[in-house]
Amino acid sequence: MSDDRLPHYVNPAPYRPGMAETLTPAQERVFLASQWTLIWWKFRRHKLAVISGAFLLLLYLSTLIAEVIAPYDLHARHTDYLFAPPQPVHLFHDGDFVGPFVYGMTVNLDLDNMRWVYAEDKTQVQPLRFFCTEGDYPGATYSFWTLFEGDFHLVCPAPGGQMFLLGTDRLGRDMLSRIIYGARISLTVGLLGITISLLLGMLFGGLAGYFGGWVDGCVQRMIEIIRSFPELPLWMALSAIMPVTWGPVAVYIGITVILGLLDWPGLARAVRSKLLALREEDFCLAAQLMGAKPRRIITRHLLPSFSSHLIASATLSIPSMILAETALSFLGLGLRPPITSWGVLLNEAQNINVVALYPWLMLPVVPVILVVLAFQFLGDGLRDAADPYN
Amino acid sequence: MLGYIGRRVLIMVPTLLAISLIVFTIIQLPPGDYFTSYMNELETRGETVDPDKIAFLKAQYGFDRPLYQQYLLWVTGMLRGDFGYSFEYDLPVRDVVGDRLLLTFIVSFATILFTWMLAFPIGVYTAVRQYSFGDYGLTFIGFIGLATPNFLLALVLQYFAYVWFGTSIGGLMDPEYVDQPWSWAKAMSVLEHLWIPVLVIGTSGTAGMIRRLRANLLDELDKQYVITARAKGMPPLRALIKYPLRVALNPFIADIGNLLPQIISGAAIVSVVLSLPTTGPMLLRALQSQDMYLAGSFLMFLATLTVIGTLLSDLALAALDPRIRFGRTEAS
Repeated sequence: MSDDRLPHYVNPAPYRPGMAETLTPAQERVFLASQWTLIWWKFRRHKLAVISGAFLLLLYLSTLIAEVIAPYDLHARHTDYLFAPPQPVHLFHDGDFVGPFVYGMTVNLDLDNMRWVYAEDKTQVQPLRFFCTEGDYPGATYSFWTLFEGDFHLVCPAPGGQMFLLGTDRLGRDMLSRIIYGARISLTVGLLGITISLLLGMLFGGLAGYFGGWVDGCVQRMIEIIRSFPELPLWMALSAIMPVTWGPVAVYIGITVILGLLDWPGLARAVRSKLLALREEDFCLAAQLMGAKPRRIITRHLLPSFSSHLIASATLSIPSMILAETALSFLGLGLRPPITSWGVLLNEAQNINVVALYPWLMLPVVPVILVVLAFQFLGDGLRDAADPYN
Repeated sequence: MLGYIGRRVLIMVPTLLAISLIVFTIIQLPPGDYFTSYMNELETRGETVDPDKIAFLKAQYGFDRPLYQQYLLWVTGMLRGDFGYSFEYDLPVRDVVGDRLLLTFIVSFATILFTWMLAFPIGVYTAVRQYSFGDYGLTFIGFIGLATPNFLLALVLQYFAYVWFGTSIGGLMDPEYVDQPWSWAKAMSVLEHLWIPVLVIGTSGTAGMIRRLRANLLDELDKQYVITARAKGMPPLRALIKYPLRVALNPFIADIGNLLPQIISGAAIVSVVLSLPTTGPMLLRALQSQDMYLAGSFLMFLATLTVIGTLLSDLALAALDPRIRFGRTEAS
């Protein structure tokens, strides 16, 4: 029998069963990477999301040192310069390079229209100073986080000069400084609100998804009812409840609570549907068969699996909170001076005169748009990266 | 189908009851009531107020009764078409509200139409020409619309409408038509003013709608039956319209439930800025002056409008989409 075998090739090397599946180092790296590493790799490919994330990180860091970045103190009033238009920054004077500077302003009262008329005074060259500690102009000193006094600024006007790069408002306060300070409130309102909303969403969504049955039914009905309210009128009604006697901090906390209270249904739905789907997964069943207790299954297996989705959904609902705060403050129902948020600043741009005469009062809308877009792009990127096994 | 309609209408009843309870709680929560603040205001002005009249009004509107009775009075009154009394205007709520409900409805309806008309061609275009220059450009504009606060857009557009077209500022019609009976000229004047609020309120909803239509259509275009149709030589336009587009159109109807609260929210703030004679500005004032029945009726009306809109969109979806069964399915 063995003699009439057809000639054929036999590999002389000894047979090793695992050989065919040997992984290249690169493949091994991917297969052994943790979930969060995979998410990071996938997220990194979204250029727009990465840029947005970096931009937001920078903004949030800047709120920590708003006093240093802003050239003037938040409440510093320049009574000689009411409704002053933005001063453009020049580099060349009479064809000579002088570095960044602004021209001084001459002020005239237009008695026919009863408004101040500002003109650039080309003879006054006021070079900007950088990293200045002199504190020799009005509004230079601040109290850093209300802890200690300081007068160090990244950039400040020439001695005796002005620097209103974005103009001044009705009381002669520098818009640029106020926008920088306003970021503190506007950016944190969304974060605090989303924290409340996340806690509520995880609680109710978790209850509905884990217990199912009538608990699920109740939560679902509750969500339907809350969602059938038009948000803004409800926000308006709830903010109107807050007594006018409340201090600024109480109002700030109240607004964030209101924003969070009405935002959770969306997150609760996401948690619920994810929990319902994950409960049926094989790894969950395996854990159950190996004797894991519900608590361990939830914390070790379920929670890590959907936390990435949750972060993505939460990021996507921050923009609506920032916009809502802006809208409420604009209407005068949200935050109130002396708290300064972008919405409070826009409250000054209430009527059509502003559009016609002092359009720079609408500038706080620019950071609002940028931040909302950045959160949107970041959230989109996170959502795509949240499921790295796809 | 009839059973499905019946069930959906029945579910509305507890929903509306729960909403009325929430609304009542909200309008009751501020400390004091309208009469307290009214009397304080008169006293600070040094005027005297007839305590008998206040006591009579309080008794007539049940302010002296326990809360649950007040609630029952309010709800049963609404069922009979009596929405309570506006203390600030000294008129029944129904007479104060008047045309405003109709105009709110017109603005909302026009906005939905606008959203559809804009989102449909753009959504189809961006899906068919995915990753093209036009796709990126239109998506970007949509994002900007999403991110710009409505009220500021309204303010700026109003200014330019005045400068370029001479449209009168504020309101939903030229001043000479206010309080006039409806006529052709008045309707045209309303149309002339309507585009600003519709455009402003529509921008945010349109962006979302475009994105959903695009995503749905892209999913559908990747399916095998489309590839088969193309392979067999079906012209591209027909291969797009015959089935994929019809399937992808679902969000247009299903989304009314999401769109309507958004539009009504947007309308509220935009009409404050543009001082439109709709419910928004009056609601704001009623909330500030604790004119509780007026505020409550507005909130109730807006929520009811949303609930009915959602119901209609569910019914339309069930009628149009054969894949939807009439069983107890949870639409997510």
